[in-house]
Amino acid sequence: MTNATATAKSIKAGEFTGIAIAALAAMLMLYITAGASDPGYAFHAFVGFAAAVAAVFGIGNRYFKRDPEPIPQEIDGKPNYNFGPVKFATLAALFWGVAGFTVGLVLALQLAFPVLNFDLPWTNFGRLRPLHTSAVIFAFGGNVLLATSFYVVQRTCRARLAGELSPWFVVLGYNLFIVIAGTGYLLGITQGKEYAEPEWYADLWLTIVWVVYLLVFLTTIWKRKEPHIYVANWFYLGFIVTIAVLHLGNNLTIPVSILSPKSYIVWSGVQDAMFQWWYGHNAVGFFLTAGFLAIMYYFVPKRADRPVYSYRLSIIHFWALIFLYIWAGPHHLHYTALPDWAQTLGMTFSVMLWMPSWGGMINGLMTLSGAWDKLRTDPILRMMVVSIAFYGMSTFEGPLMSIKAVNSLSHYTDWTIGHVHSGALGWVAYVSFGAIYCLVPWLWNRKEVYSLKLVNWHFWVSTLGIVFYISAMWVSGILQGLMWRAYTELGFLEYSFVETVEAMRPFYMIRALGGALFLAGSLIMIYNIWMTIARAEPSTEDSAAPAVGAVPAAA
Amino acid sequence: MSQHAAHEPEKVDAATGQTIRSHEWDGITELNTPLPRWWINIFYATIIWSIGYWIVYPSWPLFSDYARGAFGYASRLEVQADLDGLKAVRAKQAAGLEKASLEDIAKNPDLRRVALAAGRTAFGDNCAPCHGQGGAGAPGYPNLNDDDWLWGGKLADIHLTLENGIRAAGNDKTRMGMMAAFGRDGVLKPDEVRMVSNHVRQLAQLPTEKTYDAAKGAAIFKEHCASCHGEDGKGSLEFGAPNLTDAIWLFGNGIEQIVETVTNGRQGVMPAWTGRLDPITIKALTVYVHSLGGGK
Repeated sequence: MTNATATAKSIKAGEFTGIAIAALAAMLMLYITAGASDPGYAFHAFVGFAAAVAAVFGIGNRYFKRDPEPIPQEIDGKPNYNFGPVKFATLAALFWGVAGFTVGLVLALQLAFPVLNFDLPWTNFGRLRPLHTSAVIFAFGGNVLLATSFYVVQRTCRARLAGELSPWFVVLGYNLFIVIAGTGYLLGITQGKEYAEPEWYADLWLTIVWVVYLLVFLTTIWKRKEPHIYVANWFYLGFIVTIAVLHLGNNLTIPVSILSPKSYIVWSGVQDAMFQWWYGHNAVGFFLTAGFLAIMYYFVPKRADRPVYSYRLSIIHFWALIFLYIWAGPHHLHYTALPDWAQTLGMTFSVMLWMPSWGGMINGLMTLSGAWDKLRTDPILRMMVVSIAFYGMSTFEGPLMSIKAVNSLSHYTDWTIGHVHSGALGWVAYVSFGAIYCLVPWLWNRKEVYSLKLVNWHFWVSTLGIVFYISAMWVSGILQGLMWRAYTELGFLEYSFVETVEAMRPFYMIRALGGALFLAGSLIMIYNIWMTIARAEPSTEDSAAPAVGAVPAAA
Repeated sequence: MSQHAAHEPEKVDAATGQTIRSHEWDGITELNTPLPRWWINIFYATIIWSIGYWIVYPSWPLFSDYARGAFGYASRLEVQADLDGLKAVRAKQAAGLEKASLEDIAKNPDLRRVALAAGRTAFGDNCAPCHGQGGAGAPGYPNLNDDDWLWGGKLADIHLTLENGIRAAGNDKTRMGMMAAFGRDGVLKPDEVRMVSNHVRQLAQLPTEKTYDAAKGAAIFKEHCASCHGEDGKGSLEFGAPNLTDAIWLFGNGIEQIVETVTNGRQGVMPAWTGRLDPITIKALTVYVHSLGGGK
């Protein structure tokens, strides 16, 4: 970079296109803000306008500040990794995680103490519930997936992330989608499809973001320096591609007008229900399972400093999982208007899915062969191992609950809520926490997290919370199911509905206690991560290449 | 599987004894461990079980039909059989309830048992939201366990109330009584409202305020209230006017609560259940409510 040969700075095609599209989008958003049929929609259009203006200034500012030469792909023969978007998504995940857990606790308390609905439209259970589910799944989980996938794909391909503006567009655009979706729920804008509540315009925006995500990921793999594609990347790719397909299929809606937030889905009746649960179940399968298995496949061997247990198992269980999961959706519609044949297929494919799911558990747990002793000293590894155990438990419980005879007891009861949370808290959140505890020191060039003792506290407090939560929901769910189906010898229902609600109340309180403990654990983590970034001892190693097993044996 | 390993000698992992594959990603390697036998066996077993299930139950879609399964199972037939069985049990019992009079149902142990069971279920799903699961009521919603009745506690009275409701819109036979808004409508001035409210407390042998003038209070009561509540304040079943001399209060007996009642009136409502519930269920509910403790 000597000045003598400095090239003249010229605007790149990407920068020009970015500014041009953002400027056009700003004008469109202004037009919608002015003409919107609904104040909530006008607010969203204004947020879109502000984001588009910020994009124009952001890209412009970046152009004026950057060097004329393109950013090098490698420095001294080592890949010049792009960790800026990874850092942003990691911090966003922490923020949304705490927000989502808090709303979850509020909901749990509302069920035990209905007065906490406050009789206001914005705070009632119906609007807060999608806020909670979207915040924990898409905002927390989504940002963890963005952060880890952008990190893992670079490191396992030994290649800098493709594009310069595109990765930033993905993480910022995705979080803009989260803001639009979440505020929309509070304002009453929803299409009423579980886990797919955002209306057409938010869906369109997410589609654009997601396609760019796929392109960034694929292009990074394309320019990899490793001859083979690591298993974690197969899972990330499976997750990204399938989520795109599911999102498009379940959101084929026709807007009333460009000035209205309302739209109508092209499917109707039972077809719509089938599409909804094909989407809903595979959001679990490909977002919450495939994506987080990818995290497991990188962070567990890395932290344990052990080879992956079985290459062959990873291939077989990957393809079996991908092929079988996509069929399992109809088990959400047992004993409904859905034709019997579809119910049968949904149930049998769910049962066949049991072993492919457990393949991931075996590969994760057995990777610790020869390193089990580390569980005593390393609470981060312990957290990830417990997450795999919860994964194994909920992927056994899932096929069990999909069996029609079991489902006739469990469906519509709290058992389902318990099942979901043993997967969500035990598996998804724990493997994410483990990954974040590994990732933050690597990204911010620290030797280790600020305090492993606090990680230990986080682990025990939240594990206790999970145990309270899921055992309360098991008991309450089975009790509820038995009360609903109980007949007297005279042929009348033994219990009225309100009696079953009364019976749930103590369990709702225990569940709220479990949620409070889980939230408390996550606050301990926030403090620990904050102190890691602000205070922890800097690493002596090159941040771009932490050695395998950066964990001291006696950590 | 070993063409890559052929380039270099295979390394063996000391902890597991498995060979390590030659590729490495960011320091991560993989072992050549074979598939666990139990894993693959259970996987095959679930596939075989599924194929068996497809043969027995409706499964794969065909061009214009679907594989119906070996035994013609359909979940609709299953639920129909369940419902038919239940209906048969209930129909036998309901036949008795339909023909018998309310009094006969209450007296005959067998019929009474059925009516109470049916009534309890119907009460829980339809009445409990206002009257409480045990019928103990809540402010504004009468307690059904006591013997203090607004519209009568005989079987026939309860039956009529259930069928037609209280102040139920669009029902000609509904129970219609009017506690007027004496204060809001300007019939009584605020100090007169207070005076008569104190008189009401006096009727119930509750302490009155110091400013209370018994003679004036009694005069206002006689002029405006006695026509429905009676000169002695014991109420009237004809108008649904509550007895004011006892210790049972629908809207509270504090002086401010009574002032509120006299100022703005009270018009609680109950839906007419005819059309919402079938006649036999209403009969069963009548007997059930009558049995709660206060039936006359």
